[in-house]
Amino acid sequence: MYCIEDRFLMSKCMPEWILTLEEQGWYPYVTGTSVIGIKYKDGILMAADTGGSYGSTLRYKSVERMKVIGKHSLLGASGEISDFQEILRYLDELILYDNMWDDGNSLGPKEIHNYLNRVMYNRRNKFNPLWNSLVLGGVKNGNKYLGVVTMLGAHYADNHVATGFGNHLAVPILRSEWKEGMSFEEAVKLLEKCLLVLLYRDRSSINKFQIAKITEEGATIYPAYSLKTFWGFSAFQNPGQFAEGTW
Amino acid sequence: MFRNQYDTDVTTWSPAGRLFQVEYAMEAVKQGSAAVGLRSRTHVVLATVNKAASDLSSHQRKVFKIDDHVGVAIAGLTADGRVLSRYLRNECINHSFVYEAPLPVGRLVVRLADKAQVCTQRSWKRPYGVGLLVAGLDELGAHLYYNCPSGNYFEYQAFAIGSRSQAAKTYLERRADKGRPLRHQGDAAGEKLTSSICTVAIVGIGEPFHIISEQAVQEMVDALETREEATAEQSGGDMQDESGNPDAAAPMEEI
Repeated sequence: MYCIEDRFLMSKCMPEWILTLEEQGWYPYVTGTSVIGIKYKDGILMAADTGGSYGSTLRYKSVERMKVIGKHSLLGASGEISDFQEILRYLDELILYDNMWDDGNSLGPKEIHNYLNRVMYNRRNKFNPLWNSLVLGGVKNGNKYLGVVTMLGAHYADNHVATGFGNHLAVPILRSEWKEGMSFEEAVKLLEKCLLVLLYRDRSSINKFQIAKITEEGATIYPAYSLKTFWGFSAFQNPGQFAEGTW
Repeated sequence: MFRNQYDTDVTTWSPAGRLFQVEYAMEAVKQGSAAVGLRSRTHVVLATVNKAASDLSSHQRKVFKIDDHVGVAIAGLTADGRVLSRYLRNECINHSFVYEAPLPVGRLVVRLADKAQVCTQRSWKRPYGVGLLVAGLDELGAHLYYNCPSGNYFEYQAFAIGSRSQAAKTYLERRADKGRPLRHQGDAAGEKLTSSICTVAIVGIGEPFHIISEQAVQEMVDALETREEATAEQSGGDMQDESGNPDAAAPMEEI
């Protein structure tokens, strides 16, 4: 491989082929952390915290990272918040034209999932990605759908999904404790269990969460609330015990 | 129709507010061999009479599968019909690629109609000389549309285009209130039927668009003829009976 100076010279013709995105000056600025989604008896439940990090600073504390799309879908995003807002504008236009037909047909969650996949994949191929991992869930004609699209354009659907740190911390819990046909209360408890683990272990998470629900009847995004945490572990008592003078 | 001084160009209006070139294009449809369409709430059936250029040549294809859920039957300039079928297939496949779902037939016919309309408003183009009976499904059920060279489209319970279509239309209208089994399609075509001169295709909920095999069509025609003989003996025979053909459309219900 060539050294950085040679790469900068070569990059004059086609920077996206030679330089990494960071070298080109592309960085995510305001980012959201994990989103978790699960299917339950009546539809889909999704959860995310309301934090927008600016690098390592937990700068914005009231960012709504889940939105209702059309009549049948919910979209949750982690990653760059401005890119999420751009995606919402694309979907807004898509739903608008769909509604304008007024012919009894409407775009369901599966269609929107595939559309988002096309958008994300095409942007990645142009080396100009939308820096998000998206969770798309919804119910249409009794069929529940829950899928993910990543910034690379990878996509999949499952009974329980998560993005970012959620993949490592929440998915193992969901794999062992999720079951078919959970009630709303059971599903929320399971989500809260995952959210708590993420709160303890993901440094970009904050203690302010939202739960969003979508069923055949419609979608609801609940107001934000906090979880109770416990820090009274013996290992945390007297932290300066073995490091005199620490603060 | 007689020649007149306003009919040279599609972009010339007549004083009576007519576009003669468009009307002449619709004449071309009337001269083509017959195509009939019939629908129920869950299924749509298309049937065409195949004319061969001579006894030695093969029949012209008049029924095209556009996608699993949409098919068309054409009457008029078959070359134009082929080109439009290719356009329709393209639209369907592009939609499926982006949305992983079938393009609702109602939205497809609008695109086709808009495409036809363009040709009625450009001096360097001519209208398509083909009428299409579009049979397809969407979320609300089965639909049958007729797309005209003028750029108009209409939804129908049943319709016929091409030569001798008026007889077929009258036949279908008269039976509008009763059940309408598949076999009426054959009657409506109005010719002495053998399976070699007609093509029958069907699409329905849970049943992708397909052309019914010649053998199956022949069986239907034979069953038709025996029943016709039977009902001729007893007046007011029950029209609702089906010959037990698994491919047949469900009887039409009041919509």
